[in-house]
Amino acid sequence: MTDSPPATTQLPAQSPPVDPAETEAAGAHATPSHAAATGRLSWWHGDSGEGARRNLALVGVLVALFAIGAATRSDLYSNPDWVWANMLSILKLASVVGVVTVGMTFVIIGGGIDLSVGAIVALAGVWCTTVATQSFGAGGMIFTAIVVGVAVGLVNGTLIAYGRLVPFIATLAMLVAARGLAAEISDKQTQISQNSTINGIASTNLLGIPVLVYILAAVVIAGWVLLNRTTFGRRTVAVGGNPEAARLAGIDVKRHTLLLYALSGLCCGIAAIMLTAQATSAQAGMANLYELDAIAAVIIGGTLLSGGRGTIIGSLLGVIIFATITNLFAINGLSIEAQNMVKGGIIVAAVLIQQVQFGSLSLFFRRNRLTTS
Amino acid sequence: MSEQPDSGAPLVEAPADTVAGEVVLRLTDVVKTFPGVRALDGVQLEVRAGEVHCLLGQNGAGKSTLIKVLAGVHRPDSGLVEWRGQPVSFANPQAAMRAGIATIYQELDLVADLSVAENAFLGHEPRRLGFVRRGQMARHTRQILGRLGHAEIPPGRMVRALPAAGKQVVSMARALSHEARLIIMDEPSAVLAHDEVENLFRIIRELTAQGIAVIYISHRLEEIREIGDRVTVLKDGRTTAANLPARDTPTRELVSRMTGRTIEYVFPDRPEGSALGEELLQVEGLTRAGEFADVSLTVRAGEIVGIAGLVGSGRSELMETIYGARRAESGTVRMAGRALRPGSVGAAVRAGLGMAPEERKSQALLLGEPIYRNVTLATFSRYARFGFIDAGREQAEADRIAESLEMRPRDVRRAVRTLSGGNQQKVVVGRWLLGGTKLLLLDEPTRGVDVGARAELYQVIRQLAAEGVGVLLVSSEVPEVLGLADRVLVMREGRVVRTAQAGELDENTVLDLVMAGSLMEGAPA
Repeated sequence: MTDSPPATTQLPAQSPPVDPAETEAAGAHATPSHAAATGRLSWWHGDSGEGARRNLALVGVLVALFAIGAATRSDLYSNPDWVWANMLSILKLASVVGVVTVGMTFVIIGGGIDLSVGAIVALAGVWCTTVATQSFGAGGMIFTAIVVGVAVGLVNGTLIAYGRLVPFIATLAMLVAARGLAAEISDKQTQISQNSTINGIASTNLLGIPVLVYILAAVVIAGWVLLNRTTFGRRTVAVGGNPEAARLAGIDVKRHTLLLYALSGLCCGIAAIMLTAQATSAQAGMANLYELDAIAAVIIGGTLLSGGRGTIIGSLLGVIIFATITNLFAINGLSIEAQNMVKGGIIVAAVLIQQVQFGSLSLFFRRNRLTTS
Repeated sequence: MSEQPDSGAPLVEAPADTVAGEVVLRLTDVVKTFPGVRALDGVQLEVRAGEVHCLLGQNGAGKSTLIKVLAGVHRPDSGLVEWRGQPVSFANPQAAMRAGIATIYQELDLVADLSVAENAFLGHEPRRLGFVRRGQMARHTRQILGRLGHAEIPPGRMVRALPAAGKQVVSMARALSHEARLIIMDEPSAVLAHDEVENLFRIIRELTAQGIAVIYISHRLEEIREIGDRVTVLKDGRTTAANLPARDTPTRELVSRMTGRTIEYVFPDRPEGSALGEELLQVEGLTRAGEFADVSLTVRAGEIVGIAGLVGSGRSELMETIYGARRAESGTVRMAGRALRPGSVGAAVRAGLGMAPEERKSQALLLGEPIYRNVTLATFSRYARFGFIDAGREQAEADRIAESLEMRPRDVRRAVRTLSGGNQQKVVVGRWLLGGTKLLLLDEPTRGVDVGARAELYQVIRQLAAEGVGVLLVSSEVPEVLGLADRVLVMREGRVVRTAQAGELDENTVLDLVMAGSLMEGAPA
């Protein structure tokens, strides 16, 4: 256990995340050998740089997708203005699912899963567009959507943490129930949003960038800070990585589990506003299958489905990769069916890569590997 | 070694002339390592046809790994496995089965919703043109069950509907359906009631009378006395004694082979005439049914109190209850005079308790996370303001602990997974040094820790006591308790049977106390 290069021990104590641009540049012309890693590079090659290395690979995938786009539609890609506008539209496309995915990332790192996110978005969207709610104005609508999202998340979390239901089952039940309630409230009608402030969220640009993209950026940054810089994030990793160890270290695992689902609900509430603004309406069937998109993005982003490890940036890249594929098919005039098949293939490929890296998908083998290493 | 050719189906094989028949299985210097662990470190084993060969060893001694090597789940890194005179290396469990080695695991691997016959012939059903010949399968199953003395079990009955003993019979029927020559039984009696154990023994005797060899694993010495022929003892992945006579070997010898140290450890000196502080921990009448009853004890500041007892004596459960990880049914735990809320780890931690649990990896560590995050797992909120962690301060504090405990590697950003057992334990102990912990509960602190690191850990524990921390220590290794603790409590079957200053006890006295009672019943000591 003395194989660490002496150089690393002389380093002043510093937080592990280093400026990504710097590490990226340095990583490009470093040999991949552990022994050669010195100074700050040791972080990149070391144990804590794993997430960053993986995210760089995802950026590589994005670059490849861009290249495919440029090759298939060189007429469009030769126009820089179009390329910029197209990138913004991809980000806009990714924004709503992206917000949901941030919450999902926390839940999954914390050792759970939330299948009800799409249904929560629909319920929050419908609730905030009822005639009564709309009479309170934009503030009332936003408040309602967020309260509904958090409340449903708290119900999920209570069932799971204190009712000891399996997350899969509790949130599956919530998926069905929340859409049912949304249909009940809306009387299965599409509710038009009359509020110009809300509708403007989706149609306004600030400094040439859509407001929706700002919201996504704000949620992603907040999520990153929360996960990497706060006690909340630390507890999330501990609870998901080894709940028993967390409990015996004095962490209130149940309360934290409850909070994780509430956080996911909060993200859904925010997403509900964004989606309602985009459609200028809400109905019980909105945000259909968002749970699958979000979970797929989290998996592609390298977060372990069994919990304990993952990155917000990876999940964001996962969402953007999906949005880019959708965009790529659209600009080439290809069918949505073919697009879904490609997406399915990408999910399988991402999981296969995880398997190669971690021995196997199943928790048993993961445990086995950990206890014997 | 007799190179006798295959004598046909073992079911019709003539009974062995003597109990000590030909050697069917011989292991020489078998080694199996997993990353960071030498699970098997030179195992010798010799099993003869028609004998019941008992394997003894503590948890973690390598019994499970050994079974898996024999069953074809793991392949040994080095060493020789000879099966009926031929060197073998089973590629998978099916290969071991075909060769005639059947394993009955503790968790019976039966399919609950299939019938007895379907389970017995699972994977090798008699068939014709792809269709299972159900009649033939039922007939064969009935024959085998008859041989096992359980003709009353209907082959068509769902396994789910059978009692534990019945399921075990089905497992053995499966072994016989494979024409096994060696049956490995991993703690078969653990799930059985007393009279069912008698029945199990009757079946085992019938099997061995037919020349089948049995490897029998059990913690219960009286069973080994009754059914066993020879005993092999494992400790830390090594054979410490081979082929002892099961009936005549003194209990004390068996126990000391299981637990005894191979090396004399150096324990730090007890400070002379040191004045102990006030009573920190006061436990009164603590009880949890089936685990421990009416336990009272005190720990003073600066005192190391050791609890000696076997696995199953209730000692780990007691520690976890004091710590609030389990809820006591009655009794109180007081810390510096104030009662702790039962069943609340958070309350215990706030009151100044810390615990290094028995299973380091599964109960204490985030293996993929860096050292410093594991060291600060219980205290990271101290380095936070408004929820934001000051990572620099946190790492600096962890670094200080790593330095004072001489952790290797010293880079606290390395993942804990890459550390040796001793250094992982330092991480767990170090966690509580950061928090100003007043009382430390150490459950088997040196399990899986190599010799050099042990001495270091002993120094750390003694140093903590010198600084005024109270320590409550549990260990299976009697010398460790006697060498390290100031005062010793001996536990047996959930009760404290003796309390004394460490100097007033010796290893034999403690072993006698620990082993007395049910374990010694019918055993010539």
